[in-house]
Amino acid sequence: MANFYNDNPALKHHLTHPLMEKIVELRERNYTEADKFDTAPTDYADALDNYDRVLDIVGDICGETIAANAEDVDHQGPRVVDGRVEYADGTVKNLDVCRKAGLMGMAMPRRFGGLNFPITPYIMAADIVSRADTGFENLWGLQDCAETIYEFADEDQKQRFITRVCQGETMSMDLTEPDAGSDLQSVMLKATEQPDGTWRLNGVKRFITNGDSDIHLVLARSEDGTKDGRGLSMFIYDKRDGGVTVRRIENKMGIKGSPTCELVFKNAKAELCGSRRLGLIKYVMALMNGARLGIAAQSVGVSELAYREALAYARDRRQFGKAIIDFPAVFEMLAVMKAKLDASRSLLYMTARYVDIYKVYEDIAKERTLTPEERKEMKLYTRLADALTPMAKGLGSEYCNQNAYDCIQIHGGSGFMKDYACERIYRDARITSIYEGTTQLQVVAAIRHVTTGTYKQLMDLYAETEVKEELKSVRDAILEMVKVYDDTVARVNEVKDTTYLDFVARRLVEMAGNIIMSFLLLLDAQRDEAGMFDKSLRVYVKMAQAEIAKHFDFIANFRPEQVDLYRAE
Amino acid sequence: MSLNIIVLAKQVPDTRNVGKDAMKEDGTINRAALPAIFNPEDLNALEQALRLKEANPGSKVTLLTMGLPRAAEIIREAMYRGADGGIVLTDRVLGGADTLATSYSLAQAVKKIGDFDIILGGRQAIDGDTAQVGPQIAEKLGIPQVTYAEDILDLKDGYVTVLRRLEHGVETVKAPLPCVVTVTGSAPECRPRNAFRVIRYKNACAAGELAGKSDDVKARVAARPDLQIPEWSAAFVEADPTQIGMPGSPTKVKAIENVVFTAKESLCMDNDDEKIENLVKELIANHTIG
Repeated sequence: MANFYNDNPALKHHLTHPLMEKIVELRERNYTEADKFDTAPTDYADALDNYDRVLDIVGDICGETIAANAEDVDHQGPRVVDGRVEYADGTVKNLDVCRKAGLMGMAMPRRFGGLNFPITPYIMAADIVSRADTGFENLWGLQDCAETIYEFADEDQKQRFITRVCQGETMSMDLTEPDAGSDLQSVMLKATEQPDGTWRLNGVKRFITNGDSDIHLVLARSEDGTKDGRGLSMFIYDKRDGGVTVRRIENKMGIKGSPTCELVFKNAKAELCGSRRLGLIKYVMALMNGARLGIAAQSVGVSELAYREALAYARDRRQFGKAIIDFPAVFEMLAVMKAKLDASRSLLYMTARYVDIYKVYEDIAKERTLTPEERKEMKLYTRLADALTPMAKGLGSEYCNQNAYDCIQIHGGSGFMKDYACERIYRDARITSIYEGTTQLQVVAAIRHVTTGTYKQLMDLYAETEVKEELKSVRDAILEMVKVYDDTVARVNEVKDTTYLDFVARRLVEMAGNIIMSFLLLLDAQRDEAGMFDKSLRVYVKMAQAEIAKHFDFIANFRPEQVDLYRAE
Repeated sequence: MSLNIIVLAKQVPDTRNVGKDAMKEDGTINRAALPAIFNPEDLNALEQALRLKEANPGSKVTLLTMGLPRAAEIIREAMYRGADGGIVLTDRVLGGADTLATSYSLAQAVKKIGDFDIILGGRQAIDGDTAQVGPQIAEKLGIPQVTYAEDILDLKDGYVTVLRRLEHGVETVKAPLPCVVTVTGSAPECRPRNAFRVIRYKNACAAGELAGKSDDVKARVAARPDLQIPEWSAAFVEADPTQIGMPGSPTKVKAIENVVFTAKESLCMDNDDEKIENLVKELIANHTIG
């Protein structure tokens, strides 16, 4: 009986992080909902017990049903019939089991039929689902769009739509178009207001994940004659109203169970969500931040699967009279895979906790005025979450790709054949560093936290934690890396040249990421008495030292004008 | 039409994942080494019950189990999946029962429940593999039985229509209610635990389990009747002491040996008296029976 939650003690470790107590207390408004709802916890221990039990269901469903369906779903895939999407049979079963298990509105408030879980346990479920079937994680994880409705729609819309999501209706976010991918300001889909206050949508959307969903969030141009992001608004389209058809679905390399649709809007009735003109500049930004955290979780899930497949094969496969795991070339690869997995997971959950804190303060601020102390905290955690989200998504997705690559490598020739799961993992992993903002765009979002010092602030904060005797030398090694990082950042800041800064940005963000993940693994090793993170910590720090030295060396020996050397003729 | 549905279920050692310490030296089951689980085919039966409940709003699904007080675990498990509640028939004097005594005890409990439209249960439990308890209960209650059910196709006007899975095909039968239906493992799988129900009913417990709980949990259970899992004794169900437990069990285990199953052949024969008589003679001759 496979259970993807119980077989992975790192998850419970992250779930019980000390910051959770504060998060849950805020989220549960000091446990005052227990009188109104029999599913509300009475104290922190009760809440944690609920998360643990529900994640146990997630682990069970994933281990027993979703993982078992993954291969068939990958082969069969969805199809379009008369303008509608028909999911693969396994996908239909997966959705059915998730609905019956009540897992479709995990982070939504109870009054709309949700479980009111904080983001951290919800993200943990995403991590687990992704390990079972990466493509299915998209369909399930789009429940996240309800968060945007919760934050920005009016009460009537929340009642009408969020309750349906919690009951199991699926969502999509219809943003991109043939000529508007990374550059969403160019969105053309036209929204026209009707005398009755409703809107009509006309145009085409492309690359829409789960584009035939029940409830769509649509970014459209509401302000006639505008050309930039300030003319865009967010709309809610209800499939029951009709007007949107699926023209085709893309034939993708991976995550084949998740239908990527081209949609045609023909006078589709829709309603405005929030205020006009804030569609892109406010709502999509919020939506994307949530989605990026989701992809970071998806990446960690893939890394986990890749590591496990590689480890099992390396133990099983014998060459030259012994298991291949006994060869240094192979066990080094596995140790580095595990270190990347553990490091990206530590970063994922620290990010999730920061997001939890600022989001819950934003929510409380709708009910009452925050105290100056609370406002200050909200601001701090908003900035920390803002700094860590692109790092978790960018570096986490790169690590997951590297792990998928190494997973095939460890399988040797067999890994190149369609007989093993690793080839699917490799194809599924590839998208994580592309969608919801490419790694390059994550670097653009992250670099300002290098130059303004948010990452340094985090490093200083983590450096303050007391560590046990046997970890002190590791901490010293990390502190040495911080010095090199400071030196490198100072050198880059001295040169006031934005092209140069953009050119070295990836290196700087990676350096910051290496150090922050080293610290987070250190803190995890400090807190875990079983020594679960000790190896990964030491292996990761070794790798980070080499990476930091490499990047420092490159930047120290690089003159800004040498950027031109890299331009194509 | 709302129904009162009883699901018979048993907590069994997980014999599907047998390790090397699963058997003791003397050949009996080492229960400590095997996790206790919901008997798999009883879960198939529960799913059928929950489907009937969905199709007939207002229906009630009650689990009935006989065993140690900790068998309340499977009642909670059933509540997580959609059952309304359950009863643990537990009493020292019920211990050591064979299928005859077990079916008598459970039939007494069913009589105590009184009002029911249909009784569902798994075809058999994985620890005993007898498939006798369901049919014997039907016999003792004097109601019809349908075995090997794979699906309940319809239930209306006092009749249930059942698809039976047989060795070489399927058969559709109709039986008057109330009746006993035993469900096979090829029937649809049971739905998963539901997150809301798990949170709502996680503190449900039988009186025998309350002792170890915190004061907070005790108070919550006291305040909510839906969290109280009744424990019924042999006396409470008015069971005749000579028909229960060891005294009520004519089956005596002479010895247990570890047999490695090697036979690969199977014999298919027509439904003809002469051939059956010959087969019985052959089985008696080689001491398979008798």
